[in-house]
This record gives sequence, C-alpha cells and structure tokens, in this order.
Amino acid sequence: MTVASSAAPPDAGRDRAVAARAPSEHGLILSARQFGTVIGLAVLCAVLWILTPHFLTVSNLLNVAEQTSINAVVAVGMTFVILSGGIDLSVGSIVALSGVVLGTALQGGQPLYVAVPLALLAGLACGLANGALISWGGLPPFIVTLGTMSIARGAALLFTEGRPVSGFDPSFRVIATGRVGFVPSPVIVMALVYVVAHFVLTRTTFGRYVYAIGGNEEATRLSGVAVRFHKTMIYGVSGLASAVAAVVLTARLNSAQPIAGMMYELDAIAATVIGGTSLMGGEGTLGGTLVGALIMGVLRNGLNLLGVSSFLQQIVIGGVIVIAVLLDTVLKRKNRT
Amino acid sequence: MTASDRAPVLEMRGVRKAFPGVVALDGVDLTLEAGDVHMLLGENGAGKSTLMKILSGAYRKDAGEIRFNGQPVDIDSPRDALALGIRVIYQELNLVPHLSVAENIFLGALPTRDVFGTGLPIGIVDWRTLYARASRLLADLEMTFDPRTPVARLGIAQRQMVEIAKALAVPAEASAAAHLGVSILVMDEPTSSLTSREVSQLFSLIERLAARGVSIVYITHRLDEVFRIGRRITVLRDGRHVATRPIEGVSVPELVRMMANRDLTEHFPKVTAARGPELLRVERVGRSGALSDISFSLHAGEVVGIAGLLGAGRTELARVLAGADGYDEGRILVDGREVRFRQTADAIAYGIGLLPEDRKAHGLVAGLTVARNIALPHGRRLSRFGLLPRRSEAAMAKPITDELRVKATPTQEVRLLSGGNQQKVVLGKWLAGDVRIFIFDEPTRGVDVGSKVEIYNLMNRLTARGAGIIMVSSELPELLGMSDRILVMHRGRIHAEIDRGDATEERVLTAALGLAS
Repeated sequence: MTVASSAAPPDAGRDRAVAARAPSEHGLILSARQFGTVIGLAVLCAVLWILTPHFLTVSNLLNVAEQTSINAVVAVGMTFVILSGGIDLSVGSIVALSGVVLGTALQGGQPLYVAVPLALLAGLACGLANGALISWGGLPPFIVTLGTMSIARGAALLFTEGRPVSGFDPSFRVIATGRVGFVPSPVIVMALVYVVAHFVLTRTTFGRYVYAIGGNEEATRLSGVAVRFHKTMIYGVSGLASAVAAVVLTARLNSAQPIAGMMYELDAIAATVIGGTSLMGGEGTLGGTLVGALIMGVLRNGLNLLGVSSFLQQIVIGGVIVIAVLLDTVLKRKNRT
Repeated sequence: MTASDRAPVLEMRGVRKAFPGVVALDGVDLTLEAGDVHMLLGENGAGKSTLMKILSGAYRKDAGEIRFNGQPVDIDSPRDALALGIRVIYQELNLVPHLSVAENIFLGALPTRDVFGTGLPIGIVDWRTLYARASRLLADLEMTFDPRTPVARLGIAQRQMVEIAKALAVPAEASAAAHLGVSILVMDEPTSSLTSREVSQLFSLIERLAARGVSIVYITHRLDEVFRIGRRITVLRDGRHVATRPIEGVSVPELVRMMANRDLTEHFPKVTAARGPELLRVERVGRSGALSDISFSLHAGEVVGIAGLLGAGRTELARVLAGADGYDEGRILVDGREVRFRQTADAIAYGIGLLPEDRKAHGLVAGLTVARNIALPHGRRLSRFGLLPRRSEAAMAKPITDELRVKATPTQEVRLLSGGNQQKVVLGKWLAGDVRIFIFDEPTRGVDVGSKVEIYNLMNRLTARGAGIIMVSSELPELLGMSDRILVMHRGRIHAEIDRGDATEERVLTAALGLAS
C-alpha cells in the first residue's frame, strides 16, 4: 500500500484505491454546478450585511436557521420526489393533517412517544397512498398529489371542524424552544433529517434507485429494479418529511392548525429547484436543497429587517426563484455547447 | 469447450405470433450453436424484433417450440429469459445518465453490505465491491474506462460498451457458471451510431465473446457487417423463415434478393443530374469549439456527401446550415446573397430543409398525424387568418405520401409507423415546401433495404428537379454511391474534398482519420 500508481496491474490494491475514492464521487454534498448556489447565498448575505448590520448577528442567524428549518425539512421529501422525476403538491396539506393528528392526540392526553409516531404515521400513510396511486394506478404525480392536497386539507378541516387544536402539556414545547448548547432544537431536527436523508440518498440502494428512476425509469425497470415499489416509497418519504415538519411547526405555534402549511409545496419546490435539482429528475443533491431553503429563508428575513412590505416580498421572492432557475438553465446550455 | 457434442444452445421451431389483424411470425425457425455469430436479417416488419421479443420473454408465442440445450423450455417472462442467460441489447440505449458506469452495470443488483446488523431493509451500497466487480468485468472485456465515470460523460460508443458490459454482468452468486452466465446475447443494430473505428472495437469484442461460447444474434441492415463478422445468417421475410445458411458462399445480391424478394440490381441507383447554378456558398464559417474554416459550395443538381468520424463536426455543420445553431465567423450565401439565420424558420424561408439525424427526437412529432407533421414547417403558408384548416393539411400531404409510398393514411399518428415510413414522413415535410437545398443527416439509418433504395431514388428526383443535397452519412458505401463530391471532415475542419471519380473507401477513410490523402 504505497502509492496507487495507475501503471500498477489491476490487483486488489487498485480495487481498494478505487473503493476508497468511491464515497467522494457519490457522496457529494454539492455538485460543482450547485457551488454557484452557495455563492449566491454568500452574496445575498453580504448584501444584507451591508444594508442592515443586524443581519449578521448570531441571534438573527439562528433565527433564520430556525425559520428555515420547517421548509427545509419539507424540501427533503420534495427533493426525493423531484429527483425521481415526479412532483408532490400535497406536502402542505399533509403538514396540516399530521399536525392535527398530533394535536388531537396530545390534547387527548397521549404521551409524546405515542402522539409523535401517530403523526409521522399519518404523514407516511398519505405519502404512500400518493405513491401507490402513481405507481400502480399509473396516474400522473401532478394529478394524484393535487387530489391529495385537497383531500388531506379537507380531512384536517373536517376533523377539527375548522378550529385550531391547542392546550398541550408544556413539555411538548421543548421540541420548538429547547436548545442544545446555543442551537435551537428545530435546527437540530433539521440537521438530523438532512444527515439521515443524505446518507439514504447517497449510500443506499434505495437512494441510488431514486436517481436511477429519475434518470431513466424504463432502463431501471429493465434492470430488474422494483420500480413501482420504490416509487411508492419515495412518496412515502415525502409524506414522512412533511409529518416531521408538522411536529416542529405544531410545537412552535403551540397549537395545531388545520389551515397550517398553506403554499408549503411552493416553498419546498422552490428550495429544491434553486438548489439545482433538475425538474426532469435524476440530477441534484440534498446539499443544494438546503442551500436553496436557506436562500429563501435569508431573503425573507432580510426583507423583513429592511421593512419591506409582505406584498412586495412575495414579488421579490417569486422573481428570485425565476432568476435562479433561469441562470441555471443558461449556464447549463452554455456548458453543453 | 465442454464435451457434449452437442445439442444447439437454442432451437426455436415453428414459432408463430399474431397481433390483431397481422400475423407477425408464421412458423419461424432459428437455431443457434454455441459461439455462433448469427446474423438475423430482413426488412423492417419482417418479424426480427418480434422473434427476439419472444426469445427475451417480452412477448409470448402463440405456437411453436423453444429448446434450450436440447431441453424444451417455456419463456413466459423477461425473468425466465434472464434465468436462461439470454440478454438483449435494445436499439435505444437504456442507461441512467447521472449514475456511474459501475452503478449502471449492476443497477438491478447493487452489492450491499450489512452495517447495522441484520434485518434492516435498507441496503447500504457496498461501493468497494461494486467498483471492484465493475473493474474486473471491464478489464475482462478489455474496456478501458473508469467505472466511476458518470455515463453522461461518455460518448455514444462508450455507452454502447457499457450496455454490453451490463448485459454480461451477472450477480456474484451466478458468476461461477460457465460463459459469464450469459448464453445468448442479442444485439439490435448496435453499430447504428458508431464510427468505423468504434465498430471495429465492437466487432473484436463480439469475437472474443463468441470464442468463449456465447452465441450472438446480430440484427443489422448493414450488409458489409454481415460479411465481416457473421458466421451464419437467417433471413426472415414477412414473418416467414426464408433461409438459414453459413455465411460462406452467400453473395450480396443473393442476400438482398432473399430479403427483398426483388432484385435490387443496382445497390445505389445514382443518376447524375446536370449541374446548375450555385445554390449555396459557405465561406470560412466557424463556430467555437465545433467548426472552423468551413468553405464549400453546392450547385443545383448536386449531391455533396459529408464524411467523417463521429464528433468530426458533421452534425454541427448540418445544424448551422439549417439555422438551428449560430456561427461565429464567416459567411453563408444563398443564390449569391449573404444570409444570416437567427432561427430555423429563416433557413426554411431561404429554401433550406434539414432532415435530422435523430428522427424521433428532432424530425417528427410522434403524437401528431402524418398530415400534420408534413404540414408543420409550412404553417405560415397554409394558414388562413391564423387558422390551420385540417383539409388543407391533408391536401398538402396526400400527393407527397403517395409519391413516397408511405404505407399509412395521412390521418394516422406517426408514432405507429415503421422506421422506414417515419423517415419518409420527415422527407415529406420538406418536399411539400419550396425547399431547394436539402440537408440529409444520416438519411438511411435504421431503414430497411427497400426503403433505402426509395430514399436514394427520391434524392435522384430531387436533383433532377434542380435541388441540391448535402448528405451527411456514416455509411461509406452510401457516400460513395450517391455523392457527386465528398467533403471529409476531421476535427471540425474540411480535411479533404474528393470527386466522385476519385473516391474510394480507402481515400475517404484516410482523410477522416486526419491523415494526409
């Protein structure tokens, strides 16, 4: 094991050298192209720092991270779905439904270790239902998740008769208000979700099949991969991620709202796409999505600090999404020719 | 290699398959010996693909018998075929672009390792084993690329190699079995996008596999390949078995006669038309990274062939001339006047029509009807107050489909047509307009012998009418047979210009390789 020279015969030593490099090829947190997104984030931060000195304080940055955490977690599921070549419009409604399940269970006196798994199960079930209809029913993801968006929202409203659910044991709020060192617990949750999801995406067969299905579904099927099963699981992941976000959201608000999570699907899609994941599927990373979510969060925060009206904020954020994707497309086109 | 002297690896007897309204196969036989390189020949629609789909388990036969190593077998699903060691490489490449070569090769069976103890359903990919196995396989097949490379970074030929490696890859458990676990490898026109050097690589791989006892079924329309690597041939025509013969003693005219059932006495029915005025002049045109210093002219009645290896800039040139891509330097003149194309519509307005290389992706809208496809470039001319009457589309399309003998009605959807007929529809798009400068990029790729001749005849008619044709092709015989002049490209430049009289395969190839001619 001295020097792995390319002239060496193809023996075990070389194989080991090959294997040693493997994780760096597939475990990329950011691809070279998505590096541009990081630069975008840095520029954005720099501009805000100049415009408002308060931006670059520890407390504000932690605040941004905390505010971003919910969208960032939802966007994890969205990234799985978009990588596989699909779309999930139902995430916001699943957040509401899972939150309502959680709130009702807590209100009914169930302990945390029962209520939270119930909520996660509700989200997972919604996602799996989406996935099953898409894979075995052969329906377009857009339509199926559009339907679920309305059904889950309706179910949450029906279940609560349109009223928020509140009055929880104070211990529950730890999920939102607790801190590990100086880091707020929602940020910890977000970090955990990203670490686990990144591992699944880059190191497991399931994760590789997510890319394979998005890159060439037919080829994947012909290779003997159980495409329908894996697609169902992918939407399950999305539902589960939404449910995790619902737990954090409910704790932050200290109440479960059936109207929570409105438009979350758009924020999650925006974070994913700004993060460089191709809407055609097969290409993208979770690192990119995290940066995408942070860009959205920083932008919101900065506009608030600058006192920009919320109406104008919507216009600015919409513009940023379009410009980010436009830049990406233009750069890609340039690289190709 | 083994003793048993010896039942054929595969015997298909009296295979019959009917679809609603058509009998696709009517009592077809196919016998494969171990190590056979068996050329399966026939025009489009002769039943080759159907037969192979039955072999691979994609279709079920209606009648007939299949024996494998002498034993009768049922192949009811792709899984059955895989278990017998039957592998098919389809015409469309089936790879996932953003995964690595190794991942693609072992996609259905990524090796996993157990990290958290047993029982967990998530397989953690064992990259070390994966790459080691892929390296071993690639080395074994004498393929020289890194298994970690994403497929998206490979060229078409290399992707084809990956596809072959993938077909030959077997799960670790089975690798002890003979012949890599693969007994029969079916290749459907594997060379259609390869340059001649790459074809040689592929052929030497085929020979190595055959030497190890793998039986190869090879479907092609290129007769030169038949004689280069074929050991035996089976010819199908209209779903029937015509002949199975050893390649020795079979001649080209005989083969064509068996396939076409009509004598194509002249392979290339070239009619030299009178040379008219200059239609197109290209002066020192360049496009960064793709083309440099391209100059030539095209006269009415002329066919100018463009030869070159894959990546030499042939398609790039075709696209620039058709207005699909821009150029950075030089001038293009049509009828002596300088023109500047900003989009394809401008080129069409000057009477330039492109028949693209990839007809499915660039030449046709598969879901639209024949008539609508033909009328597509002529919308401006046909429309009345912004409306496009279906009747005028049909009126435009009918005489053209008749002239080209497209076997379809104008109201049929294009995706339902065979390859040859689709190609004719693409041609028809430009016949309908006032196009005088035709750019044909690989006009006969994937087209059967009969349709090829019809396309060549059509080229003759076009030049007789005073049109000029630029024909990009990878098939040397076609270039030599149909061109009045051949421009040979190498690395984005025109490396040589050879007149019809002086053109030989050797000269064109030498120039294409960048050597002095």
